[in-house]
Amino acid sequence: MDSLLGRYRNITVLLLVLFAQLILLAYQVRTDQDVRLIRIWAVSAVTPVARVLEGARTATVHFFEDYLLFAKASEENRHLRAELGRLKMENQSLRSELGTAERAKLLSAYRERQPSRTVAARIIGTGAGSSSKVVFVDRGSADGVRRGMAVITPDGIVGKVTESFPTASQVLLITDPTFAAGVVSENHRVMGTLKGTGKPDCIVDYLQIEERVDVGEWFYTSGDDRVFPRGIPVGKVVSTGQGKVFKDVVVMPSGPRNGLEEVLIVLEGVHKPIPETSSASEGMYMLPAPLSEQQAASLPEDATTRELVFGTEADRLREHYRKVGEAQGHVYGEGAAGSRPPDFNLKLSEPPAAGSPASGAVAAGPDVNAVAPPKAAKPPAVQPAKTSPAPQRSDSAESPAQRTTPAP
Amino acid sequence: MSEYQEPLYLGIAKRRRFSRFRAWVLFAVPLAAILFQVYVPLFFQYGSYLDLPLIVTVYFSVTRRQPIGGILIGAGIGLVQDSLSHQPMGLFGITKTLCGYVAASLGTRFEAEHGAVRFALGFVFFVLHQLAYWFLRGVLLGQAVDPEILRTLLLALLNGAVTPPLFYLFDKLKTEG
Repeated sequence: MDSLLGRYRNITVLLLVLFAQLILLAYQVRTDQDVRLIRIWAVSAVTPVARVLEGARTATVHFFEDYLLFAKASEENRHLRAELGRLKMENQSLRSELGTAERAKLLSAYRERQPSRTVAARIIGTGAGSSSKVVFVDRGSADGVRRGMAVITPDGIVGKVTESFPTASQVLLITDPTFAAGVVSENHRVMGTLKGTGKPDCIVDYLQIEERVDVGEWFYTSGDDRVFPRGIPVGKVVSTGQGKVFKDVVVMPSGPRNGLEEVLIVLEGVHKPIPETSSASEGMYMLPAPLSEQQAASLPEDATTRELVFGTEADRLREHYRKVGEAQGHVYGEGAAGSRPPDFNLKLSEPPAAGSPASGAVAAGPDVNAVAPPKAAKPPAVQPAKTSPAPQRSDSAESPAQRTTPAP
Repeated sequence: MSEYQEPLYLGIAKRRRFSRFRAWVLFAVPLAAILFQVYVPLFFQYGSYLDLPLIVTVYFSVTRRQPIGGILIGAGIGLVQDSLSHQPMGLFGITKTLCGYVAASLGTRFEAEHGAVRFALGFVFFVLHQLAYWFLRGVLLGQAVDPEILRTLLLALLNGAVTPPLFYLFDKLKTEG
């Protein structure tokens, strides 16, 4: 029996298993009930793994979705960067065009204000050589440009024309070592020669050591070089020092300050006065201007009053000359050139007030040239404060007395 | 078997090596196959065309060459498959029990190392499994059965095609005994 079972063991087990499952199947069919226990075991064994798989699948899907999203975002970012770069370049181009238009507008406005006859030119090239500071402009002899003409911008001088060709001109810049121009300082009217250094700054040479130049002071063209009209800004002093022979003054030119693209070439220069300087001390006190003649007439006629009214020597001389002119029927400022001047030696019936230091000179018939204001050629730096009453000016030339009221 | 044939047969049988698997492999591989069967078709409907539990049953039965082991593996996988399906318990259990027994019986007589043999195993056992399934459903449960012979043959070809590579993968998990 054992050998029989052993020989047919496999088929016996098969039949048993099949029979058991058939019984299970028949039970379910007959009772129409499910074998819940086996299902619970199977589901309990499978679902945790399925949950893990689902989690892994979800994570994987999300990872790839995120990766794809990231890749898409990266691609979009790349496109946006390219677009941004293009827009930046476009913006820069538009800004450049706008800047060019604004510069052209400013240049045109400055050209209209400028008394000199000028022609606008555009920088079209630079000269060869690292030390050579020359540029080429698109105006030449066909436009009236000649060698030696000044080249300026609204900010100041730029250079001068060194060569003129039919369609272009070569301009030697202010920073070239061979460049030179006559300049005068704003405050102290110190005159010197501006020279280029090959660097962005320039020097003002031939200034005596005892001359006074302040840092921050402006230099203007003096007109002495016969190239640049007088009164054009040159630059601001950035440093001063005492040299061996002359004063060392370094000026930062203002002409090329905003870049050189458009310039003005001065075809016919007209000199301008050096601009008035700003007050060195904003809080400085200044006396009011002397009384007018109408105001003085209402005052009592005594020496003290006259001293109060005509407090300075120049005022007394001016009053004397006015009376001389009135006595001879002469009106100052009129009459053609070469016409007969009034007789300043004329003795007036009413002498000047006693005790006046100028009375003797007037009575002796002073020379007009001899009594000219001593500082006429170099006006002092002191200017009326903005907060003080403005001095009265006559219609004639500016009186030195009106510019030299001493501070208390 | 004659007295002259028996020594030869025994000699061949002795030369065969019995494949052994670690316990976790015998548990994890059928579980993975069942999970594939119930999970992958949710997202990839063509995954239902593959009967991986059947292929796993055939593989373990053939390679272990133990009919009782094949019976138990087939019964276990079939019952779990029944548990996860919406049909009475025992349909897949009986069919896979038969497949496991037959596969183990064949494994004692044939080497299933060649790819063509493995393809034939996958094809034949899929058809055998379907026939047994139809029989049980039609005879025991009295349900109407649509044989779909052509579809069954195509699916048998498909399962036969995936059987060699799957057997190759499973071979990496066995330990020679």
